[in-house]
Amino acid sequence: MNILSYTVSVKDIVWITMRKRERRKVERFMNVQRRQENMIGLKAKLYHKQCHAEKIQMKKTIKMHEKRNTKQKNDEKTPQGAVPAYLLDREGLSRAKVLSNMIKQKRKEKAGKWEVPLPKVRAQGETEVLKVIRTGKRKKKAWKRMVTKVCFVGDGFTRKPPKCERFIRPMGLRFKKTHVTHPELKATFCLPILGVKKNPLSPLYTTLDVITKGTVIEVNVSELGLVTQEGKVIWGKYAQVTNNPENDGCINAVLLV
Amino acid sequence: MAATAADEAATRDVQRLLVQFQDEGGQLLGSPFDVPVDITPDKLQLVCNALLAQEDPLPLAFYVHDAEIVSSLGRTLESQAVETEKVLDIIYQPQAIFRVRAVTRCTSSLEGHSEAVISVAFSPTGKYLASGSGDTTVRFWDLSTETPHFTCQGHRHWVLSISWSPDGKKLASGCKNGQILLWDPSTGKQVGRALAGHSKWITALSWEPLHANPECRYVASSSKDGSVRVWDTTAGRCERILTGHTQSVTCLRWGGDGLLYSASQDRTIKVWRADDGVLCRTLQGHGHWVNTMALSTDYALRTGAFEPAEASVNAQDLRGSLQELKEKALSRYNLVRGQGPERLVSGSDDFTLFLWSPAEDKKPLARMTGHQALINQVVFSPDSRIIASASFDKSIKLWDGRTGKYLASLRGHVAAVYQIAWSADSRLLVSGSSDSTLKVWDVKAQKLSTDLPGHADEVYAVDWSPDGQRVASGGKDKCLRIWRR
Repeated sequence: MNILSYTVSVKDIVWITMRKRERRKVERFMNVQRRQENMIGLKAKLYHKQCHAEKIQMKKTIKMHEKRNTKQKNDEKTPQGAVPAYLLDREGLSRAKVLSNMIKQKRKEKAGKWEVPLPKVRAQGETEVLKVIRTGKRKKKAWKRMVTKVCFVGDGFTRKPPKCERFIRPMGLRFKKTHVTHPELKATFCLPILGVKKNPLSPLYTTLDVITKGTVIEVNVSELGLVTQEGKVIWGKYAQVTNNPENDGCINAVLLV
Repeated sequence: MAATAADEAATRDVQRLLVQFQDEGGQLLGSPFDVPVDITPDKLQLVCNALLAQEDPLPLAFYVHDAEIVSSLGRTLESQAVETEKVLDIIYQPQAIFRVRAVTRCTSSLEGHSEAVISVAFSPTGKYLASGSGDTTVRFWDLSTETPHFTCQGHRHWVLSISWSPDGKKLASGCKNGQILLWDPSTGKQVGRALAGHSKWITALSWEPLHANPECRYVASSSKDGSVRVWDTTAGRCERILTGHTQSVTCLRWGGDGLLYSASQDRTIKVWRADDGVLCRTLQGHGHWVNTMALSTDYALRTGAFEPAEASVNAQDLRGSLQELKEKALSRYNLVRGQGPERLVSGSDDFTLFLWSPAEDKKPLARMTGHQALINQVVFSPDSRIIASASFDKSIKLWDGRTGKYLASLRGHVAAVYQIAWSADSRLLVSGSSDSTLKVWDVKAQKLSTDLPGHADEVYAVDWSPDGQRVASGGKDKCLRIWRR
């Protein structure tokens, strides 16, 4: 025998390891088979169910691949979304064109309930929303409160005389605009706020126009160009706030359609 | 007449001017004479009618230096520097004798289509109404009872464009598969063979004018594949193929002088000779797709031998021998055309319009800018004096039909304006928009006349019947609405 035949090169090592790997794969497969034969009872039933599902999936993918290779006759059904000739080469030009469903709105209004995206919000105590401000010569009086959440004040807002104003709304937390997302079109617009409709935490916060997560606000949608059935232009719609504005520095809301 | 007017004024101590009547073409009427400065349009009308020596007095509008005389001559001249020594030219324009009343209410909402209504057209006499839809059918509607008449199956894809022959006896419809079918409105059956040849969808159809051929034999079609085909409808075959455009041909017009105009997405408009298919001229100038075109004689070519002034309440078919119809159509065409050649206006995605005189010159007459979004449709008024352009910037702009000068903007829509249609007397304009409303505009006052809400979704097609009685509109909500006074 040649001495050289005993020395093993790198290439040989790779080849040997590959072969070992393959052998191990086969063994594993054999183990699987042995496992399958040894299973009984409920365990077997579940295992077989799983295998069956996998087999179906595999068959489906194979069929799909086959379909891709062969040419099929087109379906006789005409596609939806007919547009006139002048709109054919244009796609996605019209942004927020929405069909307002008047019947659904009327029904909702009659019921008095609104289906909102966030039905429940985290309860926040008064100490969290209103911070106690001590006043007086010795800072003993504690009847003033400062709002620690974002709020909305209207255009013609003037503070009450400082001596008798109980609730302070800091200027830094006053916001006029909100980023409203249309849920169906997935488009977001920056629209001015008209007012706060309802704050779920407390009616007190509603009167104070405090905006927290889950508050329903009214926004000016004249920018979107929506029209009712009678032909009137819609300029105000409700939206619900979806983030914590005091943490983010902006108000994000989703339009209620 | 002139003497009495002058006498009345002489008793009052008013400034007097020398005026000379002139018609639109520049021809002088009568000789210059004296009028007081505070003369009103009614008196001017009496004088002018007397000079014209017509049997029935015509309604006239008077213009001094492009400004209309509304209240009195003096008021109009206040803003302009007037030399009292020179003779003042007053241009008179005969208005349509008949008046079309504004439509105010929706008389019926015709359901029947199972997909969006894409195209709507009244026949040239206003007797029939046809609509093409995304459910591949063409439907004919009975206008006296406002109910469905016929449903024509045959297309296999959306019916994109429909066009009536000028004698009202045939309707051609083109679909998204490139097929053209012809229908008979009185029976609802297909006429002749299906015309197939285009490889992509049909963008526009245009018939040969009645005064060129009273049998209405030839129809031209343009398609996304960049070619224009002229079909012989009696033989059912393609007569000629005009290729030259490199991209989709968006609009097609068969002019009254034997020229065919085609506008394309390759930013050019090509002028072809209709009888032998030779390319005469290429009009270049636009910076983006050319979407739409209109000819100054469009309305006359569309209505053929039908005179809207003679319309009756019950629309009738055209009667008379082929020769009579041809002569009537030719006389109407010459009247609208006037002295010069046909004018063509084209609107494009580059937010501008161009006014061309294609039979004469390759250079445009005027470039009309002002829109802030792409222009979807341009239409000449039936008397070819005003051009209206509808754009995606929610406004409609009015331009002078002769010079291309800007006249006014009509605002009111809250979304893109898709289509517009003129009434037969050129006094009213109806527009359909993406915001699901139609609006009727008074062109003289340049204001909104009536708002017509009612559609539940975008309005895709609008048409005003040539007898002026009805407006039909169809849209994405699958129903066709008819509006009347």
